[in-house]
Amino acid sequence: MAEAASPPTTRAAGAPLGPPPPKDRSGDRRRRDRLGLSLTWLSGGALAFNLLLILFLLGLIAYRGGGYFWQRDVALLTLEGGGKALGEINLRELRPAIEWQDPDIPLYRVRLKVGNRDFTGTDFVWIDESAIELEERPEDMVMLERLEWGNFYGWLVELRSGGKLVTEGTGEVWRRFGPLHDEKLREREVVRDLEKGPIGDVNYEIEKLRLDLAGVELAALAEDEAERRRREIAERLAGREAEYEELAERLFALRDELQRDTVVLETIDGTRKELPVAAIVRAVRPNELGVGGKLGLYASRVWDFIADAPRESNTEGGIFPAIFGTVMMVFIMSFVVTPFGVLAALYLREYARQGPLVRVVRIAVNNLAGVPSIVFGVFGLGFFVYLVGGTIDSLFFPEALPTPTFGTGGILWASLTLAILTVPVVIVATEEGLAAVPRMVREGSYALGATKFETTWKVVVPAAAPGILTGMILAMARAAGEVAPLMIVGMVKLAPALPIDHHAPFVHLERKFMHLGFHIYDVGFQSPNVEATTPLVFATALLLIGVVTVMNLVAIGLRNHLRAKYKGSAV
Amino acid sequence: MTILETHTATTASPAPPLPAAEPAPRSAATILEIDRLSLWYGEAKALSEIDLEIPRQRITAFIGPSGCGKSTLLRCINRLNDLVDGVRIEGDVRFEGASVYDPELDVNLLRKRIGMVFQKSNPFPKSVYENVAFGRRVQGMSKTSELDEAVERSLRDAALWDEVKGRLGDSALDLSGGQQQRLCIARALAVDPEVLLYDEPCSALDPVATGKIEELMHALKDRYTQVIVTHNMQQASRVSDSTAFLYLGELVEYDDTEKIFTNPGNKRTEDYITGRFG
Repeated sequence: MAEAASPPTTRAAGAPLGPPPPKDRSGDRRRRDRLGLSLTWLSGGALAFNLLLILFLLGLIAYRGGGYFWQRDVALLTLEGGGKALGEINLRELRPAIEWQDPDIPLYRVRLKVGNRDFTGTDFVWIDESAIELEERPEDMVMLERLEWGNFYGWLVELRSGGKLVTEGTGEVWRRFGPLHDEKLREREVVRDLEKGPIGDVNYEIEKLRLDLAGVELAALAEDEAERRRREIAERLAGREAEYEELAERLFALRDELQRDTVVLETIDGTRKELPVAAIVRAVRPNELGVGGKLGLYASRVWDFIADAPRESNTEGGIFPAIFGTVMMVFIMSFVVTPFGVLAALYLREYARQGPLVRVVRIAVNNLAGVPSIVFGVFGLGFFVYLVGGTIDSLFFPEALPTPTFGTGGILWASLTLAILTVPVVIVATEEGLAAVPRMVREGSYALGATKFETTWKVVVPAAAPGILTGMILAMARAAGEVAPLMIVGMVKLAPALPIDHHAPFVHLERKFMHLGFHIYDVGFQSPNVEATTPLVFATALLLIGVVTVMNLVAIGLRNHLRAKYKGSAV
Repeated sequence: MTILETHTATTASPAPPLPAAEPAPRSAATILEIDRLSLWYGEAKALSEIDLEIPRQRITAFIGPSGCGKSTLLRCINRLNDLVDGVRIEGDVRFEGASVYDPELDVNLLRKRIGMVFQKSNPFPKSVYENVAFGRRVQGMSKTSELDEAVERSLRDAALWDEVKGRLGDSALDLSGGQQQRLCIARALAVDPEVLLYDEPCSALDPVATGKIEELMHALKDRYTQVIVTHNMQQASRVSDSTAFLYLGELVEYDDTEKIFTNPGNKRTEDYITGRFG
């Protein structure tokens, strides 16, 4: 051990011997400390700012969207000049200036949702606050949500059946209305089940038989064989059509029954109208509801929003088909893109010789992630819809031509288009996952006599599974939000049926579908009644965020489970 | 004799000029022959004409300073150097008389017969059971009862059974370092090899775990041929029957362990063993 060459120090007896005190660099050190501290604050502040932005975004959407379902009190306004107005006050704002207005005195106006579009033509009116003389909350007024013409605000004055008066007087009518309405709702369910069930099935079969008939013509058969087939089909067709006639008669009878009971409505102006009870979706007396009642109503509306189909050109009703279409499309896309992307990444990393060609391929894959999504839509249209779909049609569905089956947009082509869009994400994430598997683990497998194939599939890929799932989560999140490419390859404003139903083959990949993202655009900007639908835009956006979050949480849960199972993975 | 005693003994009397290194006695008990083996990593020569015979059912140690090529030599035996890009080999390695580099040879079968334990334990991120069963599964054994039996046998042979028998389903990464290394040994034993190669197996372990591994090697001596690479000379002297000293890619001396550590024939060997360089 060498001796430390330290200068001899004189020390007082008893004082501890220590190293000489360092040169005083305190100013320098303090500056550096402060710099380090400010960097901590800066990065913390940036994170806080981002979090606040996200919370603000979510909060705003939740507030505007969630507010859509809340039932406000309905006000009866007496205006100067004697006019009256009845409706929900849902906005109060500074009115735009007029010439003789004193600029120092702000004037407000309120927006009144008056409904009754079939009576007045407008859904909303603006009323200057200064013009309001009296504001009341009549307890016996009724708000109806209807199948057509939107909401009604007014009074129910008479109950009729088959044209004859049954009851009159608002109190008595309201008392009887409740149970009658429930009965009519049940009857309407029966009618709907009949339409969707037996009638739908018969129609479906008739359509299929007609296609079979066309198929016989196309198949170049011997004349007597063709004649035999034609007769067979014609027989079955006749049978089915007879069935349809019978069912249709039953349906018409039920519908007549539905229309029989009517209620007479009266508006604030005294105009009356007769409306079948069955045409009413929901009836409430808003000013009679307490907080509990309003909360119940809120929950009921939220449920209808999620579970019902849309009405009135997507401005009312629910959005269930859009939710269904979005989720189904994302699932099909995930099932396609994951094996596709994983196999590509496996080849790039494990099997290909790492030379300039592989580098070029990697760069190309990364660039693919930057291509605008509408370009993928156009590619999907040209390749999947016209080329592949057209070929499938001419090979397998010639009898339906010129009506395309697969040669037009559909949920399958939309999913495949989005799969190509998100494949770079999966490839990159999988490559990261594979690279994170340590070399030693692979060598351990080889040292046991496993082939490269066995090592890859039994050791490396399971260890990289969390990374692969990360890629899939990112792909799902990206695909759920894309709207532009879907508009060209199969998404529609209103789809007549869901892609999954009870007719064989049960999953109809050629059908068009609805999508939440497009629904937001359509409802917000393509609808005839923009002011009514603006809150609906927020509500749908909130739901889209919710759906994507749920899907992501499921995938994250699965990844965490795999991470715990294959502990030791780095991603 | 301890190293200190050796040191005193050799410095006490000046050594006469030493004869050339003598190879270990050839016999029919040789299982591995390394025949004028040279290896290049690209342009750099890592092994120069190594000539070595490894006897059956004995423990042979490769010692030498860092970078001398002992791990490289070990990896040539089970052809793990094939996995490294840019490796060029001249010479031959023969296992039971047949060249390991024969293109017709199934390298996976070779690796089944020559097992390896690595420097840092590398259990698969799977359960303890699946780790040990992996080799067998890959060979096609799928009946649970047979696998259970094979797993238990290997874990007993590796002196790990009592410690893990209650948690075969737990992740292998939950075990301690020493247990993981014994698990890797069990994993290698599960495929019934004839030779076991150890690449510095105890360098990451504490003395207690190291002791357990060395005990294990003794216990396995009758059934397996074992070759161990170690930079710990004391371990080599404790454990092995023959020792080969490599320096800068050359085989300097190869002889019975006792002879190497008490009376090495080559001056460089003596310098290394006495700690003059390392």
